[in-house]
Amino acid sequence: MVTITSVAPRRFFGMEGFKLDRQMFEVMTKETLNSMTKRMQVYAPHIANKARPGQFIIFRVNEKGERIPLTVADTDKDTGAVTIIFQEVGKSTKELGELEIGETVLDFVGPLGKPSELDRIGRAAVVGGGLGCAIAFPQAKYLFNSGTQVDIIAGFRTKDLVILEDDMKAVSQNFYMCTDDGTYGTKGLVTDVLRGLIESGEKYDKVLVVGPLPMMKFVSLLTKEFGISTIVSMNTIMIDGTGMCGGCRLTVGGETKFACVDGPEFDGHLVDFDEAIRRSGMYKDIEGEKNAQHVCRLEKM
Amino acid sequence: MPNMSKTKVPMPVQEPDVRNRNFSEVALGYTEDMAVEEAERCINCKHKPCVAGCPVNVAIPEFIALVHERKFEEAYYKILETNALPAVCGRVCPQESQCEQVCVRGKLGEPVGIGHLERFVADWYMKNVHKLIKPAAPNGHKAAVVGSGPAGLICAADLAKLGYDVTVFEAFHATGGVLVYGIPEFRLPKNIVNHEIDNLRELGVKLKTNMIIGRAFTIDELFEQGYEAVFIGTGAGLPSFMNIPGENFNAVYSANEYLTRVNLMRSYDETYDTPIMKSRAVAVIGGGNVAMDAARCAKRLGAETVYIVYRRSEVEMPARIEEVHHAKEEGIIFKTLTNPVRITGNERGYVNGMECVEMELGEPDASGRRRPVEKKGSEFMMDVDTVIVAIGTSPNPLIRTTTPGLETNKYGGLVVEDTTNMTSRKGVFAGGDAVTGAATVILAMGAGKKAAKAMDEYIRGVIPADS
Repeated sequence: MVTITSVAPRRFFGMEGFKLDRQMFEVMTKETLNSMTKRMQVYAPHIANKARPGQFIIFRVNEKGERIPLTVADTDKDTGAVTIIFQEVGKSTKELGELEIGETVLDFVGPLGKPSELDRIGRAAVVGGGLGCAIAFPQAKYLFNSGTQVDIIAGFRTKDLVILEDDMKAVSQNFYMCTDDGTYGTKGLVTDVLRGLIESGEKYDKVLVVGPLPMMKFVSLLTKEFGISTIVSMNTIMIDGTGMCGGCRLTVGGETKFACVDGPEFDGHLVDFDEAIRRSGMYKDIEGEKNAQHVCRLEKM
Repeated sequence: MPNMSKTKVPMPVQEPDVRNRNFSEVALGYTEDMAVEEAERCINCKHKPCVAGCPVNVAIPEFIALVHERKFEEAYYKILETNALPAVCGRVCPQESQCEQVCVRGKLGEPVGIGHLERFVADWYMKNVHKLIKPAAPNGHKAAVVGSGPAGLICAADLAKLGYDVTVFEAFHATGGVLVYGIPEFRLPKNIVNHEIDNLRELGVKLKTNMIIGRAFTIDELFEQGYEAVFIGTGAGLPSFMNIPGENFNAVYSANEYLTRVNLMRSYDETYDTPIMKSRAVAVIGGGNVAMDAARCAKRLGAETVYIVYRRSEVEMPARIEEVHHAKEEGIIFKTLTNPVRITGNERGYVNGMECVEMELGEPDASGRRRPVEKKGSEFMMDVDTVIVAIGTSPNPLIRTTTPGLETNKYGGLVVEDTTNMTSRKGVFAGGDAVTGAATVILAMGAGKKAAKAMDEYIRGVIPADS
């Protein structure tokens, strides 16, 4: 399923590589994970050196583009590569996906946000929903490598959208796959699988959930029922990522927090998900218009 | 014989009903003749109070005398001696409370239009002279500046003039800080800012965007990379909210977010991807310059009704009189002595109103201004679909939380030594809003200037490292 198109020659130009004001953030590798999801390695050594699981970057493809946050999926300090995984759902992510190896991303800034607190966890269930698996994977990898017992529950809408299955299997003791339509793995939702495991006596010290807001909401409701500490990762609308705009604010335990600097990870039992869901759709109508204007470069040929 | 007219030569402006529908600059600038006529109003008095009234001590009477003689290029160099951003200052400085406040001519009529003249000289130079500025001879030392707002830019310029190898690190994708994300195009065109920053490049200053100091590199790592002194000019970027019910409904913005979407991300230009609410009726909460900017942007984006909602009376408003005046001319409605109580929303979570209460002024408070008190039972609803909160900002915590040994005050501002602007860390200097909390462009520039001088002395060993 994973096709590596090709790999750019390895280069290192360090801090001296700045051209004028900007570093050249070159696309080093590009893979298609499924019909709407791509994985890219982008050359940004100062971010690769520092980024830890849970942190994110913000990219902008061109001068007129939006600033879009993406969680860092992996880093390679030797090559200076920062891996990002994204769904081509909006104009900016589509434009990012159209960049070829050797082309550059105009702006690429990070690492942003607080790193995950993943130390001293005995046993964890890592729950990923769809693209959320791309963010859950580096956390699972970190936990697995630091000696935590890791169970991964990965949920997708349908078989064709499954990503990172081998990667996730490699960093877990137990791996559970489910799809909404039953075309792959168990038929059902991640909440069904998690409930089954807990009710059959599996004990977890921590549940980490990354996925669509409604999924994180229902997993959090479930784990609250059983009193299992739960961490969710909130990917909100934001501009700067440094606490400046407040557009990413959400209510956690009755207090306003900024996802960019106070998060992006929060206690799932305290997050006001209904508000977060409303806020995430703030520009849906406007976005729809912009998206409709985008013409793929292939179509222009 | 000086021009004894009691009033300034008026600045031509776009008509209010035209300009409130476009983002082009409101004030159009003097012609050469207007500038010379206004320059003749300066009586070249002996004690030059204006120079002391300027936070960067521009040689005001000298440059005005050169304008009088039509030596516009020389006038520009005279300003440039102490101020690297004349086109910016001529536009956004609150001259009425600085140089012009103390102008002798102000005792009998209006003071000399120092701001108008500074702007004229800078614009004239930009239009007519195309000389490359020569960088100073390198002195072999490296200095870093964090943040490319007014404080950082001036600090970098002054260090570069002394021969330092200066690198400015900026977190955003564009340089200029508040000059590009905050102050709108119609008050400070971005090509003016870019032109001034290009001058800095010619001076040899290196500018690195997309660099978050505190995350990508810490201050300590900058020293490891060979920078001998670091200036922190990271501003006061964290927006305050009111903590009233409904503040997280969709279409409630911080002024920072609203202005950044409009100015830096150019949401008023259809060819940019940045979304912004298409608002019908907007309430901007606050009475400062930022509130005026947000209100005037909202009007230009097509809102039918735009309110300024301020809990004190107009006398206490911190905004410049000129900005209040411009806003009123453009049709902004002022609801003073009015305080928001809660914001209401519809079933989809979008703002559909704001409840306010009327206020009256009581006894003076700690700020010396009369304290607003609620009038019992005066609650009323405002019909708005967008709310912009412009009640202030506080310093960004990113650097202070990632740099051990940096002392801060209770508002999160960095504590600095008065004469040098050095922080509690040796070799780390700071200035501008990062120290004072939200203030003005020119005060930030003054601090950047002071710090540059002290950084030079520190690196040369005039200030002992163990002082």
